[in-house]
Amino acid sequence: MSGKNNTDMRTPLAKVRGLGSAREGTGHFWRQRLTAIANIPLMLFFVGFLIALNGSGYAEVRAALANPFVALVLALVLISGLIHMRLGMQVIIEDYITSEGLKLATIALNTFFTVAVGVASIFALLKLAFGG
Amino acid sequence: MGDMHEDAEPGGAMSKSPATREFARRERPLSPHLTIYRPPITMTMSIIHRITGGALYFGTLLVAVWLMAAASSQATFDWVNWAFGTWLGRLILFGYTWALMHHMLGGVRHLVWDTGAGLEKHTASKIAWATLVGSVLLTLLIWIAGYMARGA
Ligand code: HEM
Ligand code: HEM
Repeated sequence: MSGKNNTDMRTPLAKVRGLGSAREGTGHFWRQRLTAIANIPLMLFFVGFLIALNGSGYAEVRAALANPFVALVLALVLISGLIHMRLGMQVIIEDYITSEGLKLATIALNTFFTVAVGVASIFALLKLAFGG
Repeated sequence: MGDMHEDAEPGGAMSKSPATREFARRERPLSPHLTIYRPPITMTMSIIHRITGGALYFGTLLVAVWLMAAASSQATFDWVNWAFGTWLGRLILFGYTWALMHHMLGGVRHLVWDTGAGLEKHTASKIAWATLVGSVLLTLLIWIAGYMARGA
């Protein structure tokens, strides 16, 4: 990628595509940053929402979660947070697990965990939003 | 490693000179001097960023359980609410709040670094301390606000 390599016809992008421990190139890094930025307002909303709900009972919590605006933003909180944490955990796995087989298995488990938490949470949100 | 030198006698064939032989027999510290090494604050905060990220990862289970409880019966919700309200539940949630605040501030620090700013050694150390102090303050503020909302 240095300026000296003038005879190389490949673009810098072509050279990084498919690199890295999970062969993903720079996409991983970029999505981790994008979701990190999105997480800041989203998590602050989540924390503020929980402060407001402190001490509330079943009926109040259900009513609050059924509000369309709250449901929509909480869905974003979950989606951005889960994508971000899955990417982050993958980096941790890649750093510490050197055996290729175990690495593949834990990266798969990482995805399963994320999808399980996401599906369960979003199903609960939809159920409340659509009058469960 | 050490057994090569164990039975080496003065004047033996192990070493070329008595000076180096004497030196080789002594226990020398290994880099990076783990027993006396004090990690710089930036490194400690870097490790904590990873640990809090991992804690938040598993902590999403709490969020999922809470949402599912709200979407199910009153009895289930009351049980989960009770569990979160015990002293252990509160301690875990308090820790989760701190992990989120610390990870968020640490994340902002990473994003600033990505622009190339704030990397000078002393600046980086100051920002590292600021994330630690800031995360504790924010956590306390959130919990004070939470208890005030409960009282109101
Ligand atoms: C609140 C806003 C958040 C911000 C600004 C943020 C920011 C970041 C950044 C910039 C990184 C990359 C660090 C690096 O390159 O070394 C990162 C890593 C990570 N984040 Fe977040 N994050 C946030 C929330 C979360 C949440 C809610 C979770 C989990 C549910 C999470 C889990 C992780 C994990 C597991 C890593 C990988 C840690 C590592 O590689 O050392 N983050 N975060
Ligand atoms: C002279 C000694 C050392 C040097 C030069 C050094 C250097 C580094 C560097 C350059 C990083 C990457 C920083 C980053 O991820 O942003 C790192 C990370 C790390 N170091 Fe050290 N280190 C030293 C000693 C130690 C010791 C003694 C320990 C543990 C007792 C340790 C534990 C770690 C851990 C857990 C990480 C990962 C942090 C993370 O993922 O963000 N290091 N170290």
